[in-house]
Amino acid sequence: MNQGNPSRDGTPGGRWLLGLLLVVAVAYPLLVSSNYAVDVGMFILFTAFLGQSWNIAGGFAGQMSFGHTMFFGMGAYCSAILVVTYGINPWVAWALAIGVGACLGAAVGFLSFRFGLRGSYFALITLAFAEMFRVLADSAAITRGGLGILVPVRQGFDQLQFVDGRTFYYIALGLCLAGLGIAGWLKRSRFGARLEAIRENEDAARALGIHVLKEKIKCLALSGAIGAAGGSFYVQKYLYIDPHLAFSVARSVEMLLVTMIGGAGTVFGPLVGATVLGLLGELTRSLSDAQGLSLVIYGVVLIFIIAFLPNGLISLLQRRSRKAGGRNA
Amino acid sequence: MLEVVELSKRFGGLYAVNQASIQVGQGQIVALIGPNGAGKTTLFATIAGFLQPDGGRVVLNGRDITGMPVHEICALGMVRTFQITQPFSRLTVAENIMVGVYQHTSSRREARRLAWEIAEYVGMGHLFDLPSTELTVAGRKRLELARALGTRPQLLLLDEVMAGLNPTEMAEIIGIIRGVRDRGVTILLIEHVMQAVMSLAEHVYVLSEGKLIAQGPPAAVTRDPAVIEAYLGKNAAQLLGGDVHA
Amino acid sequence: MDFLLNAVVNGLMSGAIYVLVAIGLTLIYGVLHIINFAHGALLMLGMYVVFFLVTRWGLDPYLSLPLVAGAGFAVGYLLYRGVIGRFSHGKDENILLITLGLSIIFENAALFFFSAHTNIIDLDYTDDIFILGEIFIPYTKAVSFAAALVICLVLSLYISRSDLGKAIRAVAKERHGARLVGINVETVYALSYGLGIACLGAAACLLMPSYYVSPTVGHSFVLIAFTIVVLGGMGSFVGALVGGLIIGVAESVSGAFLGEQLGQIAIPIIFILVLLVKPTGLFRGAQ
Repeated sequence: MNQGNPSRDGTPGGRWLLGLLLVVAVAYPLLVSSNYAVDVGMFILFTAFLGQSWNIAGGFAGQMSFGHTMFFGMGAYCSAILVVTYGINPWVAWALAIGVGACLGAAVGFLSFRFGLRGSYFALITLAFAEMFRVLADSAAITRGGLGILVPVRQGFDQLQFVDGRTFYYIALGLCLAGLGIAGWLKRSRFGARLEAIRENEDAARALGIHVLKEKIKCLALSGAIGAAGGSFYVQKYLYIDPHLAFSVARSVEMLLVTMIGGAGTVFGPLVGATVLGLLGELTRSLSDAQGLSLVIYGVVLIFIIAFLPNGLISLLQRRSRKAGGRNA
Repeated sequence: MLEVVELSKRFGGLYAVNQASIQVGQGQIVALIGPNGAGKTTLFATIAGFLQPDGGRVVLNGRDITGMPVHEICALGMVRTFQITQPFSRLTVAENIMVGVYQHTSSRREARRLAWEIAEYVGMGHLFDLPSTELTVAGRKRLELARALGTRPQLLLLDEVMAGLNPTEMAEIIGIIRGVRDRGVTILLIEHVMQAVMSLAEHVYVLSEGKLIAQGPPAAVTRDPAVIEAYLGKNAAQLLGGDVHA
Repeated sequence: MDFLLNAVVNGLMSGAIYVLVAIGLTLIYGVLHIINFAHGALLMLGMYVVFFLVTRWGLDPYLSLPLVAGAGFAVGYLLYRGVIGRFSHGKDENILLITLGLSIIFENAALFFFSAHTNIIDLDYTDDIFILGEIFIPYTKAVSFAAALVICLVLSLYISRSDLGKAIRAVAKERHGARLVGINVETVYALSYGLGIACLGAAACLLMPSYYVSPTVGHSFVLIAFTIVVLGGMGSFVGALVGGLIIGVAESVSGAFLGEQLGQIAIPIIFILVLLVKPTGLFRGAQ
């Protein structure tokens, strides 16, 4: 009896490759000399983590949202407000922000799914929620409106601010690994199996005893928590947040892009997508200073993926491993 | 085990199901037959909770389950399959069955083991890790059955399992269904294929234009003039001389 | 009272602009359920075309309307035939993502070529105003308002009377059946999409005199357009007209009471409420 095809779990190439990648990732900041390169690496890992947030809702459960930045933004603002206005310790604020993200996810999930929204309607309502938060952030006193919130520089571990970009890199690596862990857990757990069933066929899932509404809400809560965790980290790294950075469509799109391009519903999809897009971005930036070129390319890649590789770039690796290893059918 | 009391389902002004009453005893295999458009699948869907009835009650093991959410009904032991198979496309056969099995366990290893047993039982062991999209029609029917079995149902509602199968495949599934009943599962099935009805069912209900027009053992029902007329048209019973063999 | 009246009139004027943008989407999304996320970006491209026609060739936007609308039709038709229809494999979620991809490409290509400046056109009549009692109505906005009414009416008649309109409604209602009676479904989709983008071309011509263009100008219109289509009732042109005016007034009035920043919240809130409470909208559409 086949104990489970490894490529189905999204671990192309097996354990050796993973181990190698981990070693490379850990060693990376020590191997490169420029701070910029470390920052690029950090940003890729961070984007992969944010992508996991989208992946859980859009990839595993098939609920494609166009407003996922709302979780990122909520987490970011929570952290910023708690730290700056209320003087709460950044680590504690981080934890609280994650809780708020989860609650927001549950609330959005409840509203949307309780009222039966699916497909494009769900995508659009999440877009509307994100826009609503943007306007609120832009006008409220607590968020300092369009000025945004500036986090005072106070370096030190207990203040979650570091001089050395490499520390942030390692935190981002930790986050990315946590994201991979969560996705991996989903692949092996009953909860994840139920989400996938819901994605594939809601009615059949229901007929088999799955409480679809409850699972979807849980899914969105988890997704929201991860997004908020990312937002919180962002604020500590860049020490600034404003309504545009927090709630713009661009970030929602980014979270979606890396996952769809890498491979939605897989463990490593967001990481693959973030790496490919990150490197592509750097490449185009070296070719031209003008803004927008890299995104044009991302758009083309997205369409290409939908047209020819709907399971994402990671399916290329899966195909190769399937041919090599064969299947016990 | 199952008692459906004067169940009605209306779409706009039209009654798709009109005061249908059905009893299914523990361990029985009961069939629901009738011409196309009679309302059989609508009745199933209403019993199983996919549609809200406009009248009547559904009682399962003495408990009124009318209008309960589908997943709760499944938890109480009644599961339905679909006429047009609904596999979880991007999942393998194993993963499909495991979704059903997860109703009773939360361990992946356990779920996989139980799914394997079920797959073997319905003859799909050799296809265990196959993507479900690569199954034939017969395979998908078996998968539908296997998935439902995973939930350990007390009452299984099978919707036209035989459709699209060749005689060999049909004979195999009939054997499997009988075996399932012998293991203690009660079965209510919708069928068009008379051969299957005759060989499986102990009791038959006939639905026509939303109303139950006959019930009884298969042999008696198929000779009933009202039933013949429902299928073949007015006066067909007379024309055929009244004594018809199925 | 005066203050409120002004807000309402302003709202009607901006509402008319929204209607113009939403008309195309009413056909594309409302009738045929093609989730055109590229709607805003295509509007933006149309507006750049108008901008260049005015600044390079001195072509008045109102006069170039047939040209731009025609070009819009061609672009829409080719986009659907060549990209959207071809690559979506018939699935809704793919159309969502492909049109998202297109919007990313168009917006950022515009950013790359034109950079982030905003541009306006200055015409002889840009500052002309009608005065009705205490109300000041810019000439350009009055034209938009009238145009919105006319276009809605024309399209509504076209869809209900013409052969193509019938084919479109047939496909919208029952795709498979339509195919069976000999309607080339893919062609109908492509023609409809073309028609919808033609409307965007017209909208661009009517907007430019009173608005501005920048690579991200389409952004805000996307949510507004979808809100109007859903609020009005999927596929109803009359609904789009009424819905658009309601949205315009709601935004303007809330802006008057809540301030310019917070007033913007009217649109997402209306959208959310409509989706949750009455997703079928105000009017029964073509579906």
